[in-house]
Amino acid sequence: MRIHVDADKCQGHNRCYALAPELFDVDDFGNAVVIGDGTVSPDLVERAKLAVANCPEFAITISE
Amino acid sequence: MTVYEPPVSIYGPVTDWATDFDHADPAYNRNAHAIWDELRDTCPVAHSDRYGGTWLPVTHETVREIAYDTENFTSRAVVVSTVVPDDPAPIGGAPPITSDPPFHHDARRLLLPPFSPKKIAEWEGEVRILCHQLLDAMEAKIAAGEPIDAALDYAQHIPVNVISRMLGFPLEDDDIFRGFVHDILESINGEPEERIRSFERIDAYLLAQIEDHRANPRDDLTSYLMDVEMYGEKLPDNMVGGVILLLLVAGIDTTWSAIGSSIWHLATHDDDRRRLVADPGLMTTAIEEFLRAYAPVTMARLVAKDHDFHGCPMKKDEWVLLPFPAANLDPAEFSDADKVLIDRQENRHAAFGLGIHRCLGSNLARLELRVAVEEFIARFPEFVLDGTVDDVVWSVGQIRGPRELPVRVIRP
Repeated sequence: MRIHVDADKCQGHNRCYALAPELFDVDDFGNAVVIGDGTVSPDLVERAKLAVANCPEFAITISE
Repeated sequence: MTVYEPPVSIYGPVTDWATDFDHADPAYNRNAHAIWDELRDTCPVAHSDRYGGTWLPVTHETVREIAYDTENFTSRAVVVSTVVPDDPAPIGGAPPITSDPPFHHDARRLLLPPFSPKKIAEWEGEVRILCHQLLDAMEAKIAAGEPIDAALDYAQHIPVNVISRMLGFPLEDDDIFRGFVHDILESINGEPEERIRSFERIDAYLLAQIEDHRANPRDDLTSYLMDVEMYGEKLPDNMVGGVILLLLVAGIDTTWSAIGSSIWHLATHDDDRRRLVADPGLMTTAIEEFLRAYAPVTMARLVAKDHDFHGCPMKKDEWVLLPFPAANLDPAEFSDADKVLIDRQENRHAAFGLGIHRCLGSNLARLELRVAVEEFIARFPEFVLDGTVDDVVWSVGQIRGPRELPVRVIRP
């Protein structure tokens, strides 16, 4: 499983960074970036889904 | 401490919420949830002739669509009132909130770094100390047998203090700043001449602060704004003043309202308060749920050109209110939308807006709200309203929150 952030949709709400700091970081402008290549380890799958479910801009997606 | 009366309206009381609504009628914010629920079922985009024509969408779909549409709607004026500022698009009078693309993007990038989550996190210790000081003063009042008010003694002081420090403005001017906010956001339905005079008073104050910073530069946001360059040039004083005005106005009674509404909820819901006291791990979801259910900010746009919106004939220069709080309560978008669930897992609330104008200060607002609630319930685990819900005074206008919130602390 991998997570992706659509940089055009992200407006810097920072919900993902607050909920799953193991998976997301923010740049100097407060916009979200995935950590590493976005691979989600099994213990963080629920966190990843939580980040998706709380992004107001629907900027985060998961691919298998 | 000043307690403000609602302004004298040039329109008079609302006769019908679907055809004559007025967000400055004191009944609007007091009954907002019921009004939005009724409109959502019957008339998803209401219209009023007040303020030269105003539209009010109340569904998540319509609010969202307008928030994302910067072609048909302009942000050059964002406070629905009897005065339409003449500052033209795409800059507007208080950039970047009053700006449209493409200028908006460049102005906003100047301000994003100091409000990024990592920069804002550095303020947590100071916010906590401030909350402790306010709570100590409330304890002293309780000990002296005096009534306490969670809005007047607590919530209203937190954001004004923090933004004043960030801007490098005199902390003792906090009453003046709350006066400015009242003039801009609540005195919206009075005589236009009086509103214009209040703008002039505010401009004069801000220019004096800019002059003071020119004579004594220091490490604060005001000096940063005076020094930063855009398109290879420093910002003119009137733009620095406009940005500062945005930070002052948007940074004060919005968060004050969110803190007050959250404490209002905890004062009126013993089960949620006790659950949160017992399990601080719920704080993250609880704060987001308070933001969803009691989102303080309704934004606004002006119609940029005549067009049809979901069957509504919108005319250029009519106002459009963007009630993100109403969008947050739309059952088409949220399950159990009318219930406050402090452990809600899926919560794509729009309390900080949607699209390019996402609240610049959202990280600061969240920090202040979380710390304020944490410290309040840590100090006062048991409290209720002092009196009834009718003793709570709500704001008028686009920012919704309790302005007077008498509470009674219960000690074992």
